[in-house]
Amino acid sequence: MTSTETTSPDPVTPVLTKRWLSPNSWQLETYERLEGYTALRTALRGTPEQLVQLVKDSGLRGRGGAGFPAGVKWSFMPPNEDKPHYLVINADEGEPGTCKDIPLMMADPHSLIEGIVIASYAMRSHHAFIYVRGEVPHCIRRLNAAVREAKAAGYVGKDILGSGFDLEITVHAGAGAYICGEETALLDSLEGRRGQPRLKPPFPAAAGLYAAPTTVNNVETIASVPFIVNGGADWFRTMGSERSPGPKIYSISGHVEKPGQYEAPLGTTLRQLLDMAGGMKDGIPLKFWTPGGSSTPMFTAEHLDVPLDFEGAVEAGSILGTTAVMVFNETVSVPWAVMKWTQFYEHESCGKCTPCREGTYWLAGILERMVDGHGTEADIETLLDICDNILGRSFCALGDGAVSPIQSGIKYFRDEFLALCEKNKTPALAGANS
Amino acid sequence: MPEPLSTGSTYGGSSVGAGETHAAAGPDVDVNAASPLSRAENEALTVESTPDLSVFGPDIVAKAQVQKATYPETRSALLPMLHLVQSVEGYVSQAGIEFCARQLNLSNAEVSAVATFYTMYKRKPCGEHLVSVCTNTLCAVLGGDAIYKKLTEHLSEDGTPLKHEDTAGEPGTPGSITIEHAECLAACDLGPVLQVNYEFYDNQTVDSAVELVDALRRGEKPAPTRGAPLSDLRTVELELAGFYPEDEAEFRARIDGPSAAVETLRGAQLAADSGWTAPAMPEKAPALPEVEKK
Repeated sequence: MTSTETTSPDPVTPVLTKRWLSPNSWQLETYERLEGYTALRTALRGTPEQLVQLVKDSGLRGRGGAGFPAGVKWSFMPPNEDKPHYLVINADEGEPGTCKDIPLMMADPHSLIEGIVIASYAMRSHHAFIYVRGEVPHCIRRLNAAVREAKAAGYVGKDILGSGFDLEITVHAGAGAYICGEETALLDSLEGRRGQPRLKPPFPAAAGLYAAPTTVNNVETIASVPFIVNGGADWFRTMGSERSPGPKIYSISGHVEKPGQYEAPLGTTLRQLLDMAGGMKDGIPLKFWTPGGSSTPMFTAEHLDVPLDFEGAVEAGSILGTTAVMVFNETVSVPWAVMKWTQFYEHESCGKCTPCREGTYWLAGILERMVDGHGTEADIETLLDICDNILGRSFCALGDGAVSPIQSGIKYFRDEFLALCEKNKTPALAGANS
Repeated sequence: MPEPLSTGSTYGGSSVGAGETHAAAGPDVDVNAASPLSRAENEALTVESTPDLSVFGPDIVAKAQVQKATYPETRSALLPMLHLVQSVEGYVSQAGIEFCARQLNLSNAEVSAVATFYTMYKRKPCGEHLVSVCTNTLCAVLGGDAIYKKLTEHLSEDGTPLKHEDTAGEPGTPGSITIEHAECLAACDLGPVLQVNYEFYDNQTVDSAVELVDALRRGEKPAPTRGAPLSDLRTVELELAGFYPEDEAEFRARIDGPSAAVETLRGAQLAADSGWTAPAMPEKAPALPEVEKK
C-alpha cells in the first residue's frame, strides 16, 4: 500500500482498539480469528537482537507518561544471562484522568499477553509480571483467564510454539498506592515491600527486580508490539510524527458531549479531539484541560491547536503524559480543582523524601485555606516558593507532578487565586466554596 | 576521654530540665487516661498479645503455599497474602499480620509496615460490601463529591455523617456497608464512578447511588455496569489473592459478561461508522531488520 505514505491517516486510527467492537473480544478464539498470535510466530523466527532493532526503528515511545524510546530501553538489558531477566508490565494505572490501560486489558487482554511474550523473547526474560492496581478485579480476572488460555494453547509456558523459548507470566494485584506506578516503587512493591522509589542509578536494566536485569514497560507500549511486528516499522510510522510515531489512545473525559477512548495518530489536537467527542457539553465554553493527567501542567483554550505529541506538548509548556485529556468548562474554579489534585498528591506521597512529604502537606493546607476564603496574596508566593523546593528536589517524579497543577494554575489563572483572597468575597464559581 | 554529659544545663544556658531526674519527675502518668484512644484501642497497641491464628485453617495455609511458590522470592507473596487474610476476616487483623509473618519468615513489624502503606488493606472490620466513591477532581466536579456526601449522611444511623472507612451496620453481617472516598479509579470517561467491592458502577448520580446502597442493605446485588456479578468484599479479596472458582463454568461466568461501556467503544465505533481505519498493513509481515551478529 503505497498510497498510505502520501496521504494523511484518518482522524481515528483503531489499531489497539480495533478488536474492541468484536463480541467476546477478550477471548482467545476471537483474538486468534483476528490475526492474534500471528506476530508471535514471526517474532520467534527472528533473533532477540532483530526484535530490539525493529522496535528501535519503529520509534515506539513509552506510553506510560515519560515517552522514553522503548527499543532503546530494551537494548539496555545485558546480552548475557548471568542472572535471570525480568519483564514487568506497569498496569498500575492511577494518574488522575488516565483510563486507557484498564479498558485495553479488559477488552483485549491477549494483545498484551502476545506483546509480553515477544518482548520477553527479545529481552531473554523467562518470567514476566503484570502488576495491576488492585482496585480493578474484573481486569485482573480477564488477564488471569487470558494467561490460562494462552498457556493451554501453547503461547505461554514451556517451549512456546516449538521455539525452545520458555516463559511464565504472573498476574500480580497491587493494593492501592498511586506511587507504585513509579517503576522503582513498583519493583519494591512487587518484592513485597512498601512501594517507595529507589535511587537511580542503578537503573532497573542493571539491578531491578531481585537486583536482576529488569525492564518495566507500560501496558499500551507492550500491546503495540505485535502490531509493529506484523506491520513493520514503516507502517507504524505512517501515523504520528517523525519523533512521536504511531497511534495513541486519547482518553477524553469531563465536560464534553461524548467522553471516551479515541485512538488517533500522535499529534492530534484538542480541537480535533473535541470534534470527535461531540464538542463541549451543553455548549459551555472550555476553561482548562490537561493533556495527559493531573501531573501534566494544564492548558487553556489558547492551546486548542497544540499537536498532542511528545514534542508539541513540551513546546507549549506542558508534557504529553498519558494523553488523559481532562476537559473542564467555565463553571469550574481553578483553585478548587488545584486544591483537589493537591490533596491527592498529599495522600499519595509515599513519605520517603522530605520535599514531597512535607511540601505536599503544606501545599494542600494553604490551598484549603485559600479556597475556604481565608487566604492572603502572600499565600500565592508561598505556594510557588514551596513548588520551587519540590520540583527537581524530590526523590521521584511524584513531587514534580504535584507542583504541575499549582504552577500552571497560577500561571494562567492568577486572578482567580487573587479573588479568593479578597476578604468576604464569596466565590461565585461552582465548587469553589464546597 | 569524651566530655561527661552535662546534666545541669542545656543549650544557651537555659535551665530547663536542670537537676531533674526520672524519679524526681513524679509518678508515671496514666497513659490510658491521657490518650485520645479508648482503653481497648490502647491495649491493642501497647500490650503484647498472642493472636489466635486458628481462623486461618489448613486450606488457607495451603493457599499461602501456592502464593509463595508463584514467585522467585517468597516475600513477593506478601501483597497477595494480605489479600488472602483479608478474604478470611474482612480486614487485616493482628492475627492476619502474624499469619503472613510466620508464612514468610518476616517480623510482624515488617508485615505491619506493608499492611499500613496500602489503602486496600483495611485495619478495621469491614462490611459485607465496600462502597468506594471517586472524589478525585474530575469525578468530584461531575458529582462525585455530592454522591459521597449524600451517602455518608444516608447511611448514618444517628444523623452524624459517616466518616471515611466507617461501616453502616454490624461489620461482616449481611447488608453491612463500609464507605470510603477513593482516589482516581481509572474510569474517568465514565465519571462520576463508584465501586462496590471494586466492581464498577459508572455514570452515577446522587439518586442512583442512594438506590444502589439501599438495594445492598436489602440484601440485593445489583449488577455492576461492567464486571462480574456482584459478590461480596471477601470473595473479591480471594480473587485478588489469586484464587478463582475451580469449576470451569463458574470461572468463565465471572470472566465473561458485560465489560465494554459505550464510552470505551466510542472511538472504535466512530471509526466504524465513518469508514475510518488505520493505514493498511502490508499483506505479509515485513522481514525483521538485519542486525550484526554479536
